[in-house]
Amino acid sequence: MTATTTAPIATASAPQVRRPSARLRAWATRAPLLPALVFMVAVTQLPFVATLVISFFDWNALYPRARRFTGLDNYHQVLTDADLRHSVWTTVLLTTAVVLASLVLGLVLALLLDRPFRGRGAVRTLLIAPFLVVPVAAALLWKHVLYNPEYGLFNGLLHYVGGPQPDWISHTPLLAVEASLVWQWTPFMMLILLAGLQSRDQQQIEAARVDGASDWQIFRHLTLPHLRRYLELGALLGSIYIVQNFDAVFTITSGGLGTANLPYTVYQSFYQAHENGLASAAGVLVVIGSIVIATLALRVVSSLFREEVSRA
Amino acid sequence: MSDTVVKRRVRTGTGLGLVAWLAGILFFLPIAWMALTSFHSEADAATNPPSFAASLTLDGYREFFGTGGGASPWPALINSTVASVVSTACVLLLALPAAYALSIRPVRKWTDVLFFFLSTKMLPAVAGLLPVYLFAKNAGLLDNIWLLVVLYTSMNLPIAVWMMQSFLAEVPVAVIEAARVDGARLPVILARVVAPIALPGIAATALICFIFSWNELLFARVLTGVVAETAPVFLTGFITSQGLFLAKVCAASLVVSLPVLAAGFAAQDKLVQGLSLGAVK
Repeated sequence: MTATTTAPIATASAPQVRRPSARLRAWATRAPLLPALVFMVAVTQLPFVATLVISFFDWNALYPRARRFTGLDNYHQVLTDADLRHSVWTTVLLTTAVVLASLVLGLVLALLLDRPFRGRGAVRTLLIAPFLVVPVAAALLWKHVLYNPEYGLFNGLLHYVGGPQPDWISHTPLLAVEASLVWQWTPFMMLILLAGLQSRDQQQIEAARVDGASDWQIFRHLTLPHLRRYLELGALLGSIYIVQNFDAVFTITSGGLGTANLPYTVYQSFYQAHENGLASAAGVLVVIGSIVIATLALRVVSSLFREEVSRA
Repeated sequence: MSDTVVKRRVRTGTGLGLVAWLAGILFFLPIAWMALTSFHSEADAATNPPSFAASLTLDGYREFFGTGGGASPWPALINSTVASVVSTACVLLLALPAAYALSIRPVRKWTDVLFFFLSTKMLPAVAGLLPVYLFAKNAGLLDNIWLLVVLYTSMNLPIAVWMMQSFLAEVPVAVIEAARVDGARLPVILARVVAPIALPGIAATALICFIFSWNELLFARVLTGVVAETAPVFLTGFITSQGLFLAKVCAASLVVSLPVLAAGFAAQDKLVQGLSLGAVK
């Protein structure tokens, strides 16, 4: 027990101590990991395999007897169906717009919060709050309390300046959903970027300042390159969460007015239309789409992770 | 640096501080307005222009809690509490030993295992929804809160493993070795050496898992009905307008969000770490 644990990396690859036997020892090291690993494979990986299998069947839950193998027919149908294609486009549009807008706003806020001023902690707390409202509640707040054309806060405030009284959700449905999501996700981006700003090398910045570099030059040539990976991380993680968004679309527009994204469409095609095969094919396409983002995200996480491990 | 430059920097400093305050207030305004509206009467809540100084009342809350007729939110709130608390406990139970085997006594290729956990979090939940639904239907588990407990556990386990791995890795190996040389056995080492260092991190992890379970809508919406309905599903009852009901909606949204707001502020410093799956400290 005592000889092998001094260097943690060496535990599994130190077979010279032959008491209980190396294999038993290796299993004893693995044992604490197994319950979590088995659980994850069973609950998250098996359903994906099932989805893949179902996606090759023509299967409407209302006509279970008519179930049959159709090969790639479902995929053909998903890719040629105008509604479904539109929902792919909506997903891309929604995700890109929300991620970019909240990233830019988050950067501005992070830069503002990075310098000391009176009440910085309080402002930070105020800014985090939107992220801590339950997503359905936030969507209800925007739908009924802010956007309502007759008595919503937006039109109420416009009333004071004699502005127009638009019906926000029916005129600009996608923008309405996006705005509510930007409000919720800007704090997330701000927190990541603030962490990035605070991990800068302060001595380097002081040195640049002493050498006469302007604020803009410091931002452009020192801060921004350092922030690059944090910006990437924010963009990728934001994409992963927002591609999957269901709550806002479901609550604010119920998928109507051309705002149905892929998760909503998958939900609708099996929960309301009972098209199991089609829903699965759409689900598989969502997975393929997110694998690209996920691979990039994993790469960024692992580069930050390696840096962290080597620093420790 | 000359005197005027310093003065100018100080002045822009306070100017930017004001801008920061303004931004904070702007972002908080919808929540403040929601809170204020929840204490107005329905008639005062639905005016244009808005009535900022209307008299305050608890009617919205009375309506929400069902004393004025309508479904009581208590079963949904209790279901949400059970699903979030029990799944968080399960997550800790599974994640703690796993994190131990990935940090203090790491298995071979422990980084690969860590990244496997992370990758499961990146696949969209909606893609696995249908098989889960079919399984639940055939096994008679639809509208059963324990199914949500299992699913929420799997949803949060990767986050917890990542966070706890990084917290346990902060425990110096030398201290553990010293305790071992002194003859301490594993349970004693865990309780006396590891726990005190890792406990704040474990608490933050638990709070973040609680938040994610409490917020979840898609699975709860598809897999529960009347009996096992959670608080977010209860809130979807407010999607279509029901006449004058703004104060009630605001009260409901606020009540359901309160546990998350409390947990979130308590875990404020570790929030980014949880959301970035441990990548940002």
